[in-house]
Parts: sequence; structure tokens; C-alpha cells
Amino acid sequence: MTNPLLSVKDLVIEFPTRFGPLTAVDTINFDLAPGEILGVVGESGAGKSLTGSAIMGLLDPPGRIASGEIWLKGERIDNLPNEAQRAIRGRRISMVFQDPLTSLNPLYTIAEQLIETIRTHLKVSESEARKRAIGLLDDVGIPAAERRIDDYPHQFSGGMRQRVVIALALAAEPELVIADEPTTALDVSVQAQIIDVLKEQCSERGASVILITHDMGVIAETANRVAVMYSGRIAEIGPVKDIIQNAMHPYTVGLMGSIPTLAQEEDRLVQIPGSMPRLNDIPQGCAFNPRCDRAFEKCRIDRPDLIDQGTRQVACWLYDETVLAKGKIA
Amino acid sequence: MLAYVIRRVFQSLFVLLMVGLVAFSMFRFVGDPVDNLLGQERTQADIERVREQLGLNDPFPIQYVKFLGNVTRGNFGVSYRQGRPVADIIAERAPATLELAGVSALLAVVFGVGLGVFTAIRRDGIVANFIMTTSLIGVSLPTFLIGILLIYIFAVELGWLPSFGRGETVQLGWWSTGFLTESGLKAIILPAITLGLYQMTLIMRLVRAEMLEVLRTDYIKFARARGLSERAINFGHALKNTMVPVITVTGLQIGSIIAFAIITETVFQWPGVGLLFINAIQFVDIPVMAAYLMLISVMFVLINLIVDLLYFAIDPRLSADASSRGH
Ligand SMILES: Nc1ncnc2c1ncn2[C@@H]1O[C@H](COP(=O)(O)OP(=O)(O)OP(=O)(O)O)[C@@H](O)[C@H]1O
Ligand code: SF4
Ligand SMILES: [Mg+2]
Repeated sequence: MTNPLLSVKDLVIEFPTRFGPLTAVDTINFDLAPGEILGVVGESGAGKSLTGSAIMGLLDPPGRIASGEIWLKGERIDNLPNEAQRAIRGRRISMVFQDPLTSLNPLYTIAEQLIETIRTHLKVSESEARKRAIGLLDDVGIPAAERRIDDYPHQFSGGMRQRVVIALALAAEPELVIADEPTTALDVSVQAQIIDVLKEQCSERGASVILITHDMGVIAETANRVAVMYSGRIAEIGPVKDIIQNAMHPYTVGLMGSIPTLAQEEDRLVQIPGSMPRLNDIPQGCAFNPRCDRAFEKCRIDRPDLIDQGTRQVACWLYDETVLAKGKIA
Repeated sequence: MLAYVIRRVFQSLFVLLMVGLVAFSMFRFVGDPVDNLLGQERTQADIERVREQLGLNDPFPIQYVKFLGNVTRGNFGVSYRQGRPVADIIAERAPATLELAGVSALLAVVFGVGLGVFTAIRRDGIVANFIMTTSLIGVSLPTFLIGILLIYIFAVELGWLPSFGRGETVQLGWWSTGFLTESGLKAIILPAITLGLYQMTLIMRLVRAEMLEVLRTDYIKFARARGLSERAINFGHALKNTMVPVITVTGLQIGSIIAFAIITETVFQWPGVGLLFINAIQFVDIPVMAAYLMLISVMFVLINLIVDLLYFAIDPRLSADASSRGH
């Protein structure tokens, strides 16, 4: 990747506590190319949302970026003054949240919220902004946009509201959209449509997407690359096709097993036994070792870093050259 | 919406009828109005004549209807003590109380909302914490004590402001105002602060709590993610949502400002209806007491009605709910 749109370098996010800092996101690295869709998967608490918030410059205190850097088109953005960060939000990077029912201010019409966003970032007149707003609603598939724009959020269904949220996120033509579980709160019947709208509208505008989800199936259909997160770290990152065909990290292998297929019943999903460790209780060595059926001695002592494996990177001792050379693995 | 308004108006009328019944029962059953009117040297014939005049020989419901008729025409009877129509006495006294309550309510709302927003936005600031701590005193000290403290500091020790009365007033038609003279303006400061302090603190703490709640909501996070300015977020998005629950309490607080004026008026010898009521109690001047009771309840009911209607103006979700319920 020669000129990435976004680079996250050695990002560490901590929560200070009485007993010392808790590290929720631990030394994360990834790049994002212009127009690329990066899926981020992982169990609840893996640090997906925190990573998204950090990129937006919207970490809720007391959470803070303890170290690392975030670069947007060759400019470092994580240490900018507040006002400069605000100017980036919505304009260059925007966000779609999980629950469209609570993302919109109930006391303002859709038009008011769209026009306010557009005019915060672009120097256009009220009527010009309104025209753009109607165009945006059209784009995201709100029928009769011109008439419905003056409605209040509660007059729309959940799916329609999420379309409005997407329109708001796209209002100032951002270069990157971070969508944090954009369909989790929606009825199953509209989930696919919302993902389609998001994908289509972002690619029409050339915007990159970071799509955070629990659903490996969505990533398989939508993303170019995928980052699998576990316990605040990236376990495996690479092209979706490669990883789906041949998952290398034992945790990814487990996740793949949990993609539902039509032939399988819900309750027959393969689940990885056990659960992710709490932040104050992360085991020594590889954080996955208590649940890993291929763990060996070294896994309980040293923490693996990402290792290049062709098109992808994997953080697992199984692929470490010296380990392989010693032939330690049975 | 219209159906809802009509229903609320009917509810209000019903409440007023019930209050009227209580007020009327006071007339009828607390002491004997004939005794009160005629004094010691009375003949049986006098008594009969007065009973007939007052309609006391009619059946109870008819007496009540007559009473309501009189009240709606502004006829509250004649004060036992002053021998003048109660309506006249109250009209004389009302401007003093309304001006005092108005200034107090204004202070309470402006400073209550302002400081509430400030302490919510600067949640961990030193000044905000200081205000929050001091506000505890405002909530916990009784009104009369605050009044006496203020009198001691500003009237007795510093001698800046008068300790009692309304100062000079100017007559505008039937309304006597203290706003147009220097002594009138000076005189209202201490009582207004005394009367409004508790409500101000209450409104402030409520606004702060609601605002902190609202600032945690997803739509505020999303507003931040859209890059809106802090000002637009705090005052455009957060404050408006904060006001929805705050309005009810504020409305009720303004009602109680008028009711609590009794204490402040007594402490400052403020010539309003509250003081009138206290004096009426001492002399068991039932018509004055009943009229006061009715007026206060009309105030409360009106304020409640206005609060409910304000909801509609602010929250679009309610109009939808109420109209769907109304059909
Ligand atoms: N205020 C906080 N104080 C302490 N720990 C926190 C706080 N907020 C989040 N965390 C921790 O940070 C970790 C990562 O949280 P994050 O929200 O990024 O998870 P996630 O991957 O988005 O999970 P989910 O799929 O449930 O959304 C979690 O273990 C969580 O407990
Ligand atoms: S490093 Fe060891 S414990 Fe961790 S995933 Fe690889 S094999 Fe399993
Ligand atoms: Mg999350």
C-alpha cells in the first residue's frame, strides 16, 4: 500500500484505574487504502468500538490514547487541538452508530439535522443545503424524500432511520466512514439492505469504510480486507478471500466455524468454548492460549506479534520461523 | 392535539370545582357566618333575616351553585374583619405578591437553568463544584432563616437595602407597582432572593442532572461525530432535550413560589396576599381565607395547563402520541 488513507500505528488505549491502567487496545497497527472496505470482527469487548472512537477523536474519558499515532492522508490527526479534530469529524471521517432509534435527536426534524451538518462543514446557503439534503435522502433510498425530509425521527421505521443516519454520515462527503455494528439493532429483514446502501453509497463517493461487526457473513460479502480482533489486539488481518478460504489464526478458524450456513440450524453453530479474558485478567503469553486447542509451551510465556504471511499478517506462534525451524509443534 | 387540550381543560375545571367545594365548606362549616357578621347583641329576628339574606336556608347544593356563581363573577363575599368586599381587598394586595413572585420566578429560572447548564458542561471544574456545594445550603436552609440572614447582612449590618415593606409604589390604574421607584426596586431585592433561592437551587440541580443524562445519549455522541460545534451541541441539542423534563418541575416550582410567598411576605412585612392570608387566619376571616385558597389553586391549575401545552410545543413525539390516543 503506497499511499494509505488511514494509518493506525502502535495504537494503545488505556483506562486509568486505582490499580493502574487497564489496557483495552494494545498496540494495534493497520493501514486502509482509499476506497477500501475493512471489516473488523471479534467478540464483545475485543476493542473494536474503542479503536473506532479513537480514530474519530471521540474516546469517552477516562479512556485515552496512551501511545501510538493515527495518520490521515499523511497528516497526523490524533494529537491535533480539539477544534482541528472537530473540523475533521463529519467532514473527513464520519461515523454510523449501532442504534438508529437513539442516534437521531428526537426534537429536530430530519431536515434540520441534515442541514445543520451540511452547513457546519460546507459553505452553502440554507436552500442549497436543503437541496443537498433531499438528494442525500434520495441516494440512501428514502422514498418521497422531498416530502419526508420535514418529518421527525420517530415518524420513520428503524431501517429508514438508519438510512437517515447514513445520509447524515455522508452529508459532507467524508473520505472515511466508520460503521460500528450498523445493523445489529435492526430487524433481520432489513439488515442486508442497509449494508448494501452503505457499501454502494460509499463506493460511489470513493469513501473508505471501516465496518465493525460480529457477523463474519456480512464481512465475507462486503469487505475487501478483514481484521480479526481478540482481547485488544489484532489476531489476523488480510484479504477477506484469503482468510475465509484459509484461516490461519486458531481464533479465526473458530470464528469461521461460527458462520451460519443455510444447511445448519442456529443452535448447531460451532462456538469457541470459553470466553474472552477480562481486561484485568489477560493471561501471560498469547491472550487466546486458554481457549486454543493448539497452544503449546511458548504460547503461555511470550506474546506473539503480527507476522507477515504472504498477503496477510497473523499473530500466532504457530507461524513463527524459529518455532517452525525447531519443529516444536507436534 | 385539540382533543387532548379540551380534555385537559375539563380536568382543570373539575379540579377547580373541587377546590371550590372545599372553600365553600369552610364558609359553611367553620364557625357560623351569622355569628361572625352580627356580633354579640343580636336578636333572633336579626339572625333569621341575615340567614335568609345569605341564602343559608337553601339546601346545600343550591347554596354551592350560588356560591360558584358569585365566585365566577368575582364576588368572594365581604371580609368579616374589614367589612369590605374581599375581591377589592385582594385586588389591592395582588400586585405586590405578583411582582414579588414574578421577580423570584425570573431569578429562579434564569439562574437555575444557567447555572445548571454551566455546572453540567464544566462537570469537574472548580467553580462548578463550588456552586454545587453551595447549592446544598440553598436547598437545606429554611426560607425564613435565609430571609433573616439576608436582612441581618444587607439591612442591619451593611444598611444597603431596606428590611421590610415595599418602598414607594406608583399607581398604574388599579395596579400598584414598585418597579418605578428606586426605593421600590431596592425593597424587592431581598424578598425576591429569599423567595426564589430554594426554587433556583432545585431547578439548577435538576437541569444539571438532566443535562448530564442527555450528554451521555447516543444522539449527542452522533452530533459530536458529525463535527457540530460544542456550542451547537450543548445549547442546540442537549439543552432543548434537557428542558422537556425540566419544564414540569419548573412550572410546579413557580406555583409554589406564589404559595410560599406567605412566609417571605411575613418575614419582610411585604404587603401582599400572603400577608393578608396570615392576618386573616389570626382573625378567622373565612371569606378572605377561602378567596385566597381559590386564587392559589387557580394559579396552580393554570400553570399546570400551560406546562402541559408547552410540552407539545417542544416535543414532537407527544403530539403524535396524544392525537393517536385522542382518536
Ligand atoms: N469506561 C470504561 N472503563 C473501563 N473499561 C472500559 C470502558 N469502556 C470500555 N471498556 C473496556 O474496553 C474493552 C473494549 O471495549 P469495546 O467497546 O471497544 O469493545 P467492542 O469490541 O466494541 O465490543 P462490542 O462487540 O460489545 O461492541 C472492553 O473490555 C470494555 O470492558
Ligand atoms: S499463539 Fe499459541 S495460543 Fe495463541 S493462537 Fe497461536 S497457537 Fe493458540
Ligand atoms: Mg462495540
